[in-house]
Amino acid sequence: MRSDTETPRAAARITRVALQALIDALIARGYAVIGPTVRDGAIVYDQLSTTAELPAGWTDEQAPGRYRLQRRDDDALFGFAVGPHSWKRYLHPPMETLWTARSSADGFDFSAAPSPTEKYAFLGVRACELQAIAIQDRVFQHDRFRDTAYAARRDNALIVAVHCAQPASTCFCSSMQSGPKARGAFDLALTELLDAERHDFLVEVGSPAGAELLDSLAAAEATRADLDAADAVIAQAERRMGRTIDSSVFRERLRDRAEHPRWTEVADRCLSCGNCTMVCPTCFCTTVEDHTDLSGAQAERVRKWDSCFTMEFSYIHGGSVRQSTGARYRQWMTHKLSSWVDQFGSSGCVGCGRCIAWCPVGIDIAAEATAICADTPPTPGATP
Amino acid sequence: MTVAVADPMLPQRYRVTHAQRLLDDTVSLRLTPQDGELPSWQPGQFNMLYAFGVGESAISISGADDNGFEHTVRAVGAVSRAIAALQVGDSIGLRGPFGSAWPVTAAEGADVVFVAGGLGLAPLRPAIEAVLQQRERYGRVVLRVGARRPQDLLFPEALERWRLARDVDIDVSVDHADTQWRGHVGVVTTLIAGARFDPHESIAMVCGPDVMMRFCARSLHDEGVADDRIYLSMERNMKCAIGLCGHCQFGPSFICKDGPVMRYDTIADRLNVREL
Repeated sequence: MRSDTETPRAAARITRVALQALIDALIARGYAVIGPTVRDGAIVYDQLSTTAELPAGWTDEQAPGRYRLQRRDDDALFGFAVGPHSWKRYLHPPMETLWTARSSADGFDFSAAPSPTEKYAFLGVRACELQAIAIQDRVFQHDRFRDTAYAARRDNALIVAVHCAQPASTCFCSSMQSGPKARGAFDLALTELLDAERHDFLVEVGSPAGAELLDSLAAAEATRADLDAADAVIAQAERRMGRTIDSSVFRERLRDRAEHPRWTEVADRCLSCGNCTMVCPTCFCTTVEDHTDLSGAQAERVRKWDSCFTMEFSYIHGGSVRQSTGARYRQWMTHKLSSWVDQFGSSGCVGCGRCIAWCPVGIDIAAEATAICADTPPTPGATP
Repeated sequence: MTVAVADPMLPQRYRVTHAQRLLDDTVSLRLTPQDGELPSWQPGQFNMLYAFGVGESAISISGADDNGFEHTVRAVGAVSRAIAALQVGDSIGLRGPFGSAWPVTAAEGADVVFVAGGLGLAPLRPAIEAVLQQRERYGRVVLRVGARRPQDLLFPEALERWRLARDVDIDVSVDHADTQWRGHVGVVTTLIAGARFDPHESIAMVCGPDVMMRFCARSLHDEGVADDRIYLSMERNMKCAIGLCGHCQFGPSFICKDGPVMRYDTIADRLNVREL
């Protein structure tokens, strides 16, 4: 339904007030609108019904191991980078029942979990997150086996992207070719146009569903000045990108430098807590739990997000394959930046910087990968 | 290519129609579908077996007939203990078969070398049976088996039957002998060098613990078998068996769908990396 190509610049302009009309139109069409809101000192995603719930006037100050909300000197609704949540918590939920079983005269009977009926409209999807969704699409929909529950939720979802105006110091989407301009498959894409005189949104259409929504709003045709202002927003975001890395060497060098001494140096700091995998918008690993009720007659299998940082993750009889923290960190980063390319045709990293900010000890994937992949290879004979 | 499976995560109901205790901690179960026909399968593939309310485990197919799969299960954890305790008539959940197969057809015309360590004989067994069923299509057939102790040797009746079959060179080694044992003592790797096969015209299939396979592959390589004619069956933690849970990754490979049977030349570098 959505076009993957860049949309023509036939754009419209709506006012901040009309954004409420957009939310109303989505709700009227049966969508649960999910968007950013402030809670517990962070900007998280949750179900919204009014623009008043958006984080107006807030921004996020991020650094390795640090995330703080700060007041802006304007009322921007999307004047922040990304928080700890990503859209995967809706498309690939943290916990999901796969099936139930009930004991019967004939042994037991399995029942598949009902197909998901959730109809989400995501409001405020960043360019990096569009890329993350596209990456999870390749894992769950376009590989040999298809995750039917993910596919159902994805098919039902509508995406309102917002071009990023405020990259954090931890951001490197430009280096991962994922942002700050949203180029992926969106239904609508907004650019927040905010200055002393006005608070508007430039609206680009990316699909027929998006066009239909826009038609229902009181939109004006965008002027040349609007388009230039929107371009300027993205250009200044590009200039303020927190960090730049050369990701082109990661695939080969991470694969070939499995014994680099840096892996154990990282392990000395890494707490093996798995925060990076939980906040990562592409990490998809899961485990399963089998439960029974108290009578033992009813059983179920639940799938839950898992992390390659746990010992259990690689357990086979006799012990875990990846005993050391260094081996587990190496698995995570090498998968993300190197073997992901072999498996799914692209890097697994979108440069959103979440893993850097939410690492309790501030381990920086960009810095670590760059060090391990430096032009000067490690000293021969150095042990990991 | 995306497989249009109704729901590969949903187990099918099978019934235990035969159960045999092979060793103190190891049983063989025949599992017959309760609904519909036995799915097609190939030697080397595995099924996910589910014990009601306890959990699921990846178990290789150690044989099959028209009525069902045979699985050989060692009771080592909660799930395998529950599966090993099943009786004839009990139900079990089964998903599969999954994964890659032994190169049984590709080996036609060549000498075939099987090397098994411990429970590794179970996944090799259907490949051995397939080769012996069409014995004339293959050159020399060599089987080397390693076990911890003489009483841990898997499928002694099958080994005897294969030994009596036409022209199969079988040798067994144990790590710890008892007073009755007249065979070899030591790691199975050492039995490869003495075997009579044409290294340049052989296909080798190896299954056992990681370390055993690594040394066997190296021995076969040293004997002159090309790395792309040596196949190993890898084992890793698995939850989904369809490449979605991430647990079975081995570098860029998902053992569940790119393996378990993998060609040595494609993984030799990785086998030498610790804790990969």
